[in-house]
Amino acid sequence: MEREKVIEVKDLVKRFGAFTANDRLTFDVYRGEIFGFLGANGAGKTTAMRILCGLSRPTSGRVLVAGIDASRRPEEIKKRIGYMSQRFSLYEDLTVRENIELYGGIYGMAMKEILPRREALLERLDFTSYGDTLIRALPLGLKQKLAFAVAVFHDPGIVFLDEPTSGVDPVTRRQFWEMIYETASRGITVFVTTHYMDEAEYCDRITIMSEGRIVALDTPSALLRQYGTKSVEELFVKIARPQRNTV
Amino acid sequence: MKAIEAKNITHHYGKITAVDDLSFTVGEGELFGFIGPDGAGKTTLFRIAATLIIPSGGRMTLFGLNVVSGFRELRNHIGYMPGRFSLYQDLTVEENLRFYATIFGTTIKENYYLIEPIYRQIEPFKKRRAGQLSGGMKQKLALSCALIHKPRVLILDEPTTGVDAVSRTEFWEMLEGLKEEGITIIVSTPYMDEALRCDRIALMQQGRLMGIDTPAAIRSAYGRKLWSVSHPERYRLLLALRKMPQVAASEPFGDSVHMTLHEGAIPEDVRRMLDEAGIHDAAINEATPGIEDVFLELMKKEVRRSEV
Amino acid sequence: MAFVRKEFLHIFRDFRTLIILFGIPAAQILIFGYAVRTDLKNAGVAILDNARDEVSQELTKKIDASEFFYINRQLDSYDEIDATFKQGRIKAVIIFPDRMASGIAREGKATVSIIADGSEPNTASLVTGYVTGILNDYSATLTGDVTSSMPVINPEVRMYFNPNLESHFMFVPGVITLILILICALMTSVTIVREKEFGTMEVLLVSPLKPWQIIVGKVTPYFFLSLVNVIVILLMAWFVFGLPVRGSIALLISECMLYILLGLSIGILVSASVSKMENAIFISFLALMLPSLLLSGFIFPIENMPKIYDYVSMILPPRWFVEIIRAIMIKGAGFGYIWKETAILAGMTMILMIISSRKFKTRLEEGER
Repeated sequence: MEREKVIEVKDLVKRFGAFTANDRLTFDVYRGEIFGFLGANGAGKTTAMRILCGLSRPTSGRVLVAGIDASRRPEEIKKRIGYMSQRFSLYEDLTVRENIELYGGIYGMAMKEILPRREALLERLDFTSYGDTLIRALPLGLKQKLAFAVAVFHDPGIVFLDEPTSGVDPVTRRQFWEMIYETASRGITVFVTTHYMDEAEYCDRITIMSEGRIVALDTPSALLRQYGTKSVEELFVKIARPQRNTV
Repeated sequence: MKAIEAKNITHHYGKITAVDDLSFTVGEGELFGFIGPDGAGKTTLFRIAATLIIPSGGRMTLFGLNVVSGFRELRNHIGYMPGRFSLYQDLTVEENLRFYATIFGTTIKENYYLIEPIYRQIEPFKKRRAGQLSGGMKQKLALSCALIHKPRVLILDEPTTGVDAVSRTEFWEMLEGLKEEGITIIVSTPYMDEALRCDRIALMQQGRLMGIDTPAAIRSAYGRKLWSVSHPERYRLLLALRKMPQVAASEPFGDSVHMTLHEGAIPEDVRRMLDEAGIHDAAINEATPGIEDVFLELMKKEVRRSEV
Repeated sequence: MAFVRKEFLHIFRDFRTLIILFGIPAAQILIFGYAVRTDLKNAGVAILDNARDEVSQELTKKIDASEFFYINRQLDSYDEIDATFKQGRIKAVIIFPDRMASGIAREGKATVSIIADGSEPNTASLVTGYVTGILNDYSATLTGDVTSSMPVINPEVRMYFNPNLESHFMFVPGVITLILILICALMTSVTIVREKEFGTMEVLLVSPLKPWQIIVGKVTPYFFLSLVNVIVILLMAWFVFGLPVRGSIALLISECMLYILLGLSIGILVSASVSKMENAIFISFLALMLPSLLLSGFIFPIENMPKIYDYVSMILPPRWFVEIIRAIMIKGAGFGYIWKETAILAGMTMILMIISSRKFKTRLEEGER
């Protein structure tokens, strides 16, 4: 069975002046997949993700996200994706319910569609008692879970997560990944960028970027076998370190 | 003499108890790790040790000097690296280092041997401004600055947060080197996997210590057998495991699911039931508990204890 | 001292800081300077001609013919002057005396009164200047001697609304006051708070440095830069606008130093109370700049304000400082005239320094996480 491709990237190049941030990236992401994008700061992850989210245009190459060409109609892409980052996700001075309404509204959902779904969501997250709490009063772990739920509230085809679980406790983190699995099982593609290697092991497939290029792409276990390492962290060090030392 | 002795250290911010009745000792020359998520109280504890905060209760001494009454003398012996790298972004690498040397009443030359293995790696960029360094290089520079006055104790608050894996690995190698010099190091981190690098670790959660021991002892304290179950359809697998009466706990872990079984249950039961649920060929192997598994276990016990 | 060196490095590395330090004062001087130097063209004047003889009529014609003025109206009595000014269409009233021509013939002189609208001091001085010029020209044609030291027609200038023509060139003392508070309070608070925000303050506190060393190290560069600024402003005032310091320069500089210290203390106090740069800027700006601008008598004379503002302004250092430098620069007063204001400023400085050094702790503040 041919799996449906949700993201198709071929020979993506992004230059800023003389600096090449993304150097001929090629990869596909399938429907319902959890796809990890790994790399050190400055490896080009953020640049690539901005292009995939329709925030910036590629210098050359073909980028299709949910069937839409990122160099021609980036605005269309924005409507079909969800986005969550650690830095900006929820308004601290609005309540849980208000935040959900706001995001539903931003993505063009009608109020009569938003309200029942909002209550269903609160129910599912076991959040009903927090419905009218201000975001700033919530513990970090709950905030992150809610931020993720809000990012997929409008049922996007793809959700982009930018370092979603840094700094949370292990319990919350595992619950968070459970939510991601649940989302993926509904057919929503999850695209995660991170420089935390232990997060990578939760992904179906991972891509390791270094200096603007993709240096490895496979399932975590296949990569571990291929390089003979015990953890993704070790793997990353093994792949990225020799290049570092030539700088 | 112990490098650090803490007895019943407590600290409140208003109604919030950030650090709750902690007692521990750190030996001279020990590499001691505090492991815990954000908000566990690590930063507050480290600021108390660095003489920056007066604790609400309890007593802490470093080399016999009290952190409250003896802070003037003590400050000559502390190398402190706060969570945000404390560098002047608009000064060059060299200017930063020289500045920190001067305020501690020393020169770069005097203790150069100590920072050399670290500083050598960033020396080629010494005319570059600190703000333009990568995370890993900033971290190395910050460590050099904290070391320049040859402190007896290094207090490193989350030095590896936000730094890429290669730099993290290199950083821990440097700490091993400093240990050889006899410097006592306390370091905090939210990464469970870094715990293995320490001589001893303390697991922290919500201001409390859940356990202090060597990483090996902490891991072996995990009471039960841990199984790793893997199957491509992870979410279905997880839901199926949750329904089984034999399974005591199941949680996603990396690309597999970690589970523990109730007394008397064996993995074969689980395999059979998975088959019945239409999940075929799941791999079930015994797994070595990681620090994270222990942490989870202890957290659950804490919750149970506080509910009683 | 290494600290001071480092602080200078920060300042010179940051282009924006330099602009704030030196660009803004220069810009303000120029803006205020040229904004008040509006050209005079066709200003309305009223004539009260008590003489109605050939001399007065000749002068009226000359004034109306000049490009600077036009005669808005002829008045019939002194009673009309007030109402005419209040209508606001004229800038000045020119009054010719009784029997002007015969007076000149008999005594060889006459006095013409010029009453200008003092609420616009700059325009007023231009108007009186040009009218005087026309009168002198005319005198010269009467005697045939342009250089005559005793003009036949004496102008007698008076101001309506603002008899002493206060606030003429007041912008220079005002700008100095404003700039000093801006640089001292704003810049020091920002530079200290920046260390808090970047986490470098934690390490400084952990070092064996004593708090006063940190404070002195942080503020010394700004002390000197502020002094340089004062001198730059004074030089500009002198060379660009021809406003010299009438009083003692040494006294002026000493008073400025006192005021700088005051500003620095405020800056330290602000920085000890907040932990974010935006807050420091916000507080310095709203709590210091605006009141200084509005209540110190820089823009609006204090005499014209409701009493309550007068009292409020008394606790604001700029009010006293404006008075001091106005006295020194424009009136040429000595220390004897301003000791009271100086004492008030010195007292304020002492109090602020004590409070701010108390507040600046050797540890992190409670609740800062």
